[in-house]
Amino acid sequence: MSPTGIVVAGLRKRYGAAPALDGMSFSVRPGVVTGFVGPNGAGKSTTMRVILGLDAVEAGAALVDGRPYRSLRRPLNRVGSLLDAAAPHPGRSGRDHLLWLAHAQGLASRRVDQVIEQVGLAPAARRRGGAYSLGMRQRLGIAAALLGDPPILMLDEPFNGMDPDGIIWMRAFLRSLAAQGRAVLVSSHLMSEVQDVADHLVVAGRGRALADAAVDDLVAAVSEGRVTLRTTAAPHATAVLVRAGASVVAGGRDTVTVSGLPADRIAALLGAGAVPFSEVSAHRATLEDVYLELTREAVEYRAATSTEVRR
Amino acid sequence: MTRDRYGFLLLLHAEWTKFRTVRGWVTGTVAAALLVVLFAVLAGIGGGDGGPDVPVGPDGGPVTDSFYLVHRPLTGDGSVTAAVSAPRSSLPRGLADLRPGRVPWSKAGLIIKAGTRQGSPYAAIMLTGGHGVRMQDGYTRDTAGPAGAAPRWLRLDRSGEEVTGLASADGTHWTRVGTVRVRGLGTTVLGGPFVASPPAVRGMGTSGSVSTAVFEDLHAEGGWADGKWKGEQVGPRSPTFSGYPRNVAGSVAEEGGRLTVTGAGDIAPAVRASLPTGGTLGEILTGAFAALVAVVVIGTQFITSEYRGSLIHLTLAAAPRRGRVLAAKAIVLWTVTFAAGLVGAAVAVPVGGRLARASGVYVFPVAFATELRVVAGIAALLATASVLALAVGAVLRHGAGAVSAVVVGIVLPYVLVAIPFMPAGVSNWAARVTPAAAFAVQQTLVPYDQVASVYTPYEGYYPLPPWAGLGVLAGYAAAALAVAAVLLHRRDA
Repeated sequence: MSPTGIVVAGLRKRYGAAPALDGMSFSVRPGVVTGFVGPNGAGKSTTMRVILGLDAVEAGAALVDGRPYRSLRRPLNRVGSLLDAAAPHPGRSGRDHLLWLAHAQGLASRRVDQVIEQVGLAPAARRRGGAYSLGMRQRLGIAAALLGDPPILMLDEPFNGMDPDGIIWMRAFLRSLAAQGRAVLVSSHLMSEVQDVADHLVVAGRGRALADAAVDDLVAAVSEGRVTLRTTAAPHATAVLVRAGASVVAGGRDTVTVSGLPADRIAALLGAGAVPFSEVSAHRATLEDVYLELTREAVEYRAATSTEVRR
Repeated sequence: MTRDRYGFLLLLHAEWTKFRTVRGWVTGTVAAALLVVLFAVLAGIGGGDGGPDVPVGPDGGPVTDSFYLVHRPLTGDGSVTAAVSAPRSSLPRGLADLRPGRVPWSKAGLIIKAGTRQGSPYAAIMLTGGHGVRMQDGYTRDTAGPAGAAPRWLRLDRSGEEVTGLASADGTHWTRVGTVRVRGLGTTVLGGPFVASPPAVRGMGTSGSVSTAVFEDLHAEGGWADGKWKGEQVGPRSPTFSGYPRNVAGSVAEEGGRLTVTGAGDIAPAVRASLPTGGTLGEILTGAFAALVAVVVIGTQFITSEYRGSLIHLTLAAAPRRGRVLAAKAIVLWTVTFAAGLVGAAVAVPVGGRLARASGVYVFPVAFATELRVVAGIAALLATASVLALAVGAVLRHGAGAVSAVVVGIVLPYVLVAIPFMPAGVSNWAARVTPAAAFAVQQTLVPYDQVASVYTPYEGYYPLPPWAGLGVLAGYAAAALAVAAVLLHRRDA
């Protein structure tokens, strides 16, 4: 059986002195949506360009169905891609943009009209690309990716510039593509965009994959050994627990996350110290926690990212 | 392999679709063709002064046929002989001051000519100011005779339509210079001594000259009419004759059997300097220059627009073999531009030519094959320039920069080539080694060794043959494409 999906192994690349990719490795399997998350500058877009044979690497390899992309014949029938800011020529209509692409792959123009319908771009298909909103350009980019009906899809920041309706549509659309058995890789610098859609997660930071695992496993790993404590006397509770050797992090209103002590020992200590509390339970981390935990050290420009996150 | 070739056809199809779906490129290309036509129409209706008719030689080409002739009629066969001194020439210095000067193609000799009508057939043997003895006929043919010092004995024998020229150092031992068949000479012809003195090249222009020669021991045998030798200026008023310097006129004086003859003008094909009001196909096709700028802009945008919007990522994702993408773009662009240029030039040349002639401009005549070469050549020039622009665009990946680079690379040297008062050395250099050399494809004028003139690109004479000039541009385009292909392969997209 020939390997399917994308395998990225040990990619290294430098832009001048700064390493852009520093041993990036992961794989993308068919039938699931793989989220590719990480702060800006983590190497996500570079990795995608390397997979498409657009950028060269100093070391490592990216294989599509076991072969380098550049050796594929009619590559759009194998891999559909949407790269960041994929823009048609401003003077060319969306339909014509897809038409030349279809001609390059020997596809019929009937296929162009099909994908236009599929992404809901029919009303704007004959308008000039220069008049498209970012959301329309994203839909056009998705249409281009779907043109060859490829088993592998690779989308860089597809949620960028989409309105809430578009984001909801996009999530359902990505899930349906995976359900058809396709391998789907979706990058985002915002965890929230992929958390409801990804089954598998590759977290990138400083040019490498910090994690490459199923979402459930990642959440479990980060939750491991942590206890959520709900109390109206948080400072008092913190003092008691720290004295017993635990570490305590403030959570939401009236809650703290405790690690280093099992739940029953915490309950006993608080009872002995007469600290009031309403709940002691195993901590359930969110994907946001996972992301923050993994990328904490990888974020190079914290101030820059925090403004970008609000974009 | 066949599947591979099929893949390349797909790429051609894709790039053609890209080209035709951007309205600006299509209208720009059509506009380029229209510019060629528009300039031709403007050049045509620009009009001339409708002066006297340009004399035309037996083969239809314009000629200079203005010189001082001393003649008697000759019916049937006969010969004429004389000892001829080398012509002494004078050139004007300042307003009315004549000074002795060198005019290498001043002519003094014997001629047999069908009549004094300009352009009528003739054959002549002569001593020149700097090129020894020559035998000439039909305005364009020129045969060198024996070298040696003047005075020389010259003889012309006429037998039917055949005329033989002979030269001798002593009047006894004769060398045949040539025998020519002069069609349309007729039974009765005029014959005798003549003097011509063409304008001399001075810097970037020419100035009229006058020459004098002495004929001794003139005698005629055969069917010559009796009577005196009669002096006459042939073609005194002609657009191809710039006249005599001030205070001089053509003349003949006899003194003790010696004839002293003074004359100006020439018996020769007309060149641009001798017919400055004449139009050429190159002038009718001035619009090609405007079209060039348009197709250069389109050529660069055909690739740089892909970098501006990172469309190039999609292009190369669809066709990872990058050299083929560049080749497909070049072929599509060349073909489209060639087609537009061909239509434009094919309309412009006949329309502009007809309008020009209708408004009284003499247009240098051109063989049909030459006309086809000019039309196809201009189309190929535009097409190749657009591909050069494409290649530079692929190297620089920036529209404005690439347009500037190509405009500087073609337009600037073209300016060196096409403006007047540019030293011939500079303009000939520019027309040899720069992409502007390609404008040689529009040359229709023929330079002649036996006509000293200003043969510069501005006057319509290019240093390279037409296709060689286009080859220079093609060389630049091929080199730029090679660099572009290497960089496209090496660089990250």
